[in-house]
Amino acid sequence: MSAPSAPTTPASSAIAAADDTLTIYERSQPGRRAFVAPALDVPERPLEELLPPRLRRTRPARLPEVSEPELVRHYHRLSKRNFDLDTGFYPLGSCTMKHNPKLHERVAALPGNARLHPLQDERRAQGALELMWNLQEALGEIAGLPHVSLQPSAGSHGELAGVLLTRAYHEDRGEQRTKVLTPDTAHGTNPATVTMAGYEVVKVGTNADGGVDVDDLRSKADEQVACLMLTNPSTLGLFDPDIAEIAEIVHGVGATLYYDGANLNAIMGITRPGDMGFDIVHFNLHKSFTQPHGGGGPGAGPIAVSERIEPYLPRPQVIRREDDEGYAFHLDEDRPKSIGKLRGFQGNYGVFVRSYAYIRSLGAEGLREASEVAVLNANYLLALLKRAGVAEYLPVAYDRVCMHEFVLSGAPMKRELGIRTLDLAKRLRIFGVHPPTVYFPLLVDEALLIEPTETETKETLDRFAQVVAEILREAAQDPEIAKHAPYSTPVRRLDEARAAKQPVLRQPL
Amino acid sequence: MADYPQDLLYHPEHDWARIDPTHPEIATFGITWYAQDSLGEVVFFDPPEVGTQVRQGESYAEVESVKAVSDVIAPLSGEVVEVNGALGDASEKINEDPYGDGWMVKVRCSDPSERDALLDADAYAAQLD
Amino acid sequence: MSTYTSATDADRRAMLAEIGVGSVEELFADIPAALRLGRPLALPAGMAEQEVYEHLRELATRNVSCEDEVSFLGAGMYDHYVPSLVDTLLSRSEFLTPYTPYQPEISQGGLQVMFEYQTAISELTGLPVSNASVYEGPSAVGAAGYLAKLANGRPRVLASRGVHPHARETLATLARGYGQTVEEVPLREGATDLDALAAALSDDVSAVVLQQPNFLGAVEDVAALTEAAKQVGAVVICACDPIPLGILEPPGAQGVDICVGEGQTLGNRLDFGGPSFGFFAASQEHLRRMPGRIAGETVDVDGKRGFVLTLQTREQHIRREKATSNICTAQALNALAGVVYLGWLGRQGLVELGELLLQRTAYARETLCAIDGVEPLHEQVVVREFALRLPGVDVEAVVERLAAQGINAGYRLGRAYPEYADGLLVAVTERRTRAQIDRLAEALAQAVAAERGAAPAGVVA
Repeated sequence: MSAPSAPTTPASSAIAAADDTLTIYERSQPGRRAFVAPALDVPERPLEELLPPRLRRTRPARLPEVSEPELVRHYHRLSKRNFDLDTGFYPLGSCTMKHNPKLHERVAALPGNARLHPLQDERRAQGALELMWNLQEALGEIAGLPHVSLQPSAGSHGELAGVLLTRAYHEDRGEQRTKVLTPDTAHGTNPATVTMAGYEVVKVGTNADGGVDVDDLRSKADEQVACLMLTNPSTLGLFDPDIAEIAEIVHGVGATLYYDGANLNAIMGITRPGDMGFDIVHFNLHKSFTQPHGGGGPGAGPIAVSERIEPYLPRPQVIRREDDEGYAFHLDEDRPKSIGKLRGFQGNYGVFVRSYAYIRSLGAEGLREASEVAVLNANYLLALLKRAGVAEYLPVAYDRVCMHEFVLSGAPMKRELGIRTLDLAKRLRIFGVHPPTVYFPLLVDEALLIEPTETETKETLDRFAQVVAEILREAAQDPEIAKHAPYSTPVRRLDEARAAKQPVLRQPL
Repeated sequence: MADYPQDLLYHPEHDWARIDPTHPEIATFGITWYAQDSLGEVVFFDPPEVGTQVRQGESYAEVESVKAVSDVIAPLSGEVVEVNGALGDASEKINEDPYGDGWMVKVRCSDPSERDALLDADAYAAQLD
Repeated sequence: MSTYTSATDADRRAMLAEIGVGSVEELFADIPAALRLGRPLALPAGMAEQEVYEHLRELATRNVSCEDEVSFLGAGMYDHYVPSLVDTLLSRSEFLTPYTPYQPEISQGGLQVMFEYQTAISELTGLPVSNASVYEGPSAVGAAGYLAKLANGRPRVLASRGVHPHARETLATLARGYGQTVEEVPLREGATDLDALAAALSDDVSAVVLQQPNFLGAVEDVAALTEAAKQVGAVVICACDPIPLGILEPPGAQGVDICVGEGQTLGNRLDFGGPSFGFFAASQEHLRRMPGRIAGETVDVDGKRGFVLTLQTREQHIRREKATSNICTAQALNALAGVVYLGWLGRQGLVELGELLLQRTAYARETLCAIDGVEPLHEQVVVREFALRLPGVDVEAVVERLAAQGINAGYRLGRAYPEYADGLLVAVTERRTRAQIDRLAEALAQAVAAERGAAPAGVVA
């Protein structure tokens, strides 16, 4: 029967706690500063001449007034209220939380990369353009599709690109289609993207094995359908063996087949979406290609497309064409059928540098091995969790060989032990593990989506399985422990309803 | 405690209608105990405007908890004549008193025969899991 | 064993035994034989870390960055000074490596950073609500256009020609999807033509899009333009450069509904165009249509203050096809750099920086326009960037001459504005000293004279 860890005295812990949650604005004191402006070295003119008072800001923005030591200490301390991947196991399904190689920060920080202006003359950015070209070629080879655009800035941005490309493709052939199909297991970004691109979402059912219900697909695939958006393996972590038939049905009605690359980590070098029949693929460079997640970005969502989609790719495209002066790499803006732009400049180059370094480090064999070990680790962890003591409360939702991730259902646990998937997730904290993804996919009741990735050791997986078993044992004795977890964190069970009903979205000043 | 008052009519998608005894063309709508229990604490109710036409079986509003959005289904067709403005600041009434202070809209019904399609309290409770 | 994995032969044997299969190959049995790649990927073999480093370093040497030349190139991203503490804090693994804070109890650091960032953006823009970041500037304009469409459903959007060309094009690309048309409002003497705007306005206009300062560096009369747009009830969207907001009247005080912008200048590197972040702030009315993550303050079960992602029912993971946008991953780490930078500048520092930019920019403009053959393209008030004309001269050739001397003279306007084929956009950040400005002036004078000598008068590039 463990209680929250007791403070030394209530008063001292209250003082400590109050200081911990001060915002930078609350630490501000008039007159403090960090910045020292460079000296004015040009003849000084009256400010009113340079900026008429009617345009001038009357009241300064109430930014904090703090010194550098305070800034460093404040944000340093905040960082310690974050669980992170470098610190512990982070089996967040669908997110591919694999190790972020430390070399990547070094190469991204090279001044030739970090201080390069996006509008620099091409002749003086050949290194950057060659890097982008090489990355494009590599991603194209991994996807099995010939043409790549690095422009989209995140997976969902890539999805939007894909659906807009589909629209351009159909309109160019004189067709006005209205619907896009997505499976009911799809990640929320898929249907959200479809609406933004001006199409109607039609859901396709999932069969008992966790794959697309091919009969349902056949009944819904008609010439109003512009595209089917899929991922394979699916968000249930299962490879859909009917994919060839699915592609045939979709192409048979003239629609495009879109691949959400979030689950690419299971198949690199083993099979390729282009070979499965997909026309458009997006990659999440912050998943399989190790761009650090950054607490919510940045990422990148480049796309690879088939020949027939190529004309519509965004501008500019990085191309290779030796010119008269001997420069090989260029940004091609002359693309008359292009959908246009999805953002400024040419994309999140800093992310490309890191992903490119990863691909060059691993090479062909290394990438394949990464996927093999990702699948091996997931199946091993699943096997451990199928043992007695766990399996009866957290059964696997689909009893098949999984790929890089798998879904358990906490419904029996809820029934028999009185604790929910959410409680299990919160209880994991005391063991120094980040919870898996919870309540997604929606198809599975009390879902727990677990993706260990290939960069975890066998011992870490063994320990995780032990921890889960222990939490279940504990819950059988006293479910209240998990229901009031976590205990060792700075805050516990935050009132999210209050945050939604009475939104306080900034510091009042 | 699960509660389904006898004097109400129920739509299977967890909505109730109370026919005004003195003005039978006016009905009050809301969501059932089961609906508010599934949703969790309601944080926001997005009502239709007075004058909106609603149709039996179709969504006329949305209700939100922290982690979910739910369509609110009209048990009967008609025109919205009154909206419960108190829910703007006190959406929790939908949880605390779903059949009383948590009422959502009042509608002038266009087709009394539609009531035949609705369930009574026992039939509604029986078809719940 | 592959780089970064740890599965030894012994590990594999033990794992396969537990799973109950004989080989890893069996785990891929669901993949039909016909779909197997059946050969290695056609990629070079992997390399040791030091080899990868040498390769990347070599590529980087073939780029001329702001480390290698004195740069007056702006046009949307700027060579501002990034203080060292940003690098230090961003390299903390607790900020660098975690995922989006879905489990708030173990992500209070990231959530509080978002809250502090949202506060700073709200202060800068003068609007009450900010989200926790979007990808960057032009796509933020696109997202604002989508919000306007959700708000009023009208078919037309009017965008000033002074809005960054990439933002206008992104808006048009997205609008084609959700069914709006984007029309351009011309400039007059370097600023948005108010009469042309008024003439184009009617009650089928969903949104009016402005930029402050505009692409040519001119400070716009946002208040007057906004008032005109409000007459027809259009949503007013202003794309702002954040640093000048330290000294310019903020759009929120001028009736603007949505203020977005490119955040690169707030503590982020140039990085050949990204990653940076976009900011997105709005009036209270549009709160529930805002895209992206939003952090909110609340209390925990013990009454302690804490932060959570809130109003999640707007977002894709809950509302799916009815979401306000499809954003999942945004630019959290870059927004952290932004809020740290704004804290470093501080209340006074942001104003002082703005005043310094005013002085240096005025000096640069005056000095350059004194050159024979160089004139201002417009005479509007400017803060950090201004446009010149070099009549009768091949601007590209002039820029090349200066590049050979290690000076980036600026952005050749002909690249995006055919009507300013002889135009040059010059940006002056706080890193550009008087000595460097004088050197630019000297080199520019020589280059213009040389080019005028080289080609007959009246020949335009």
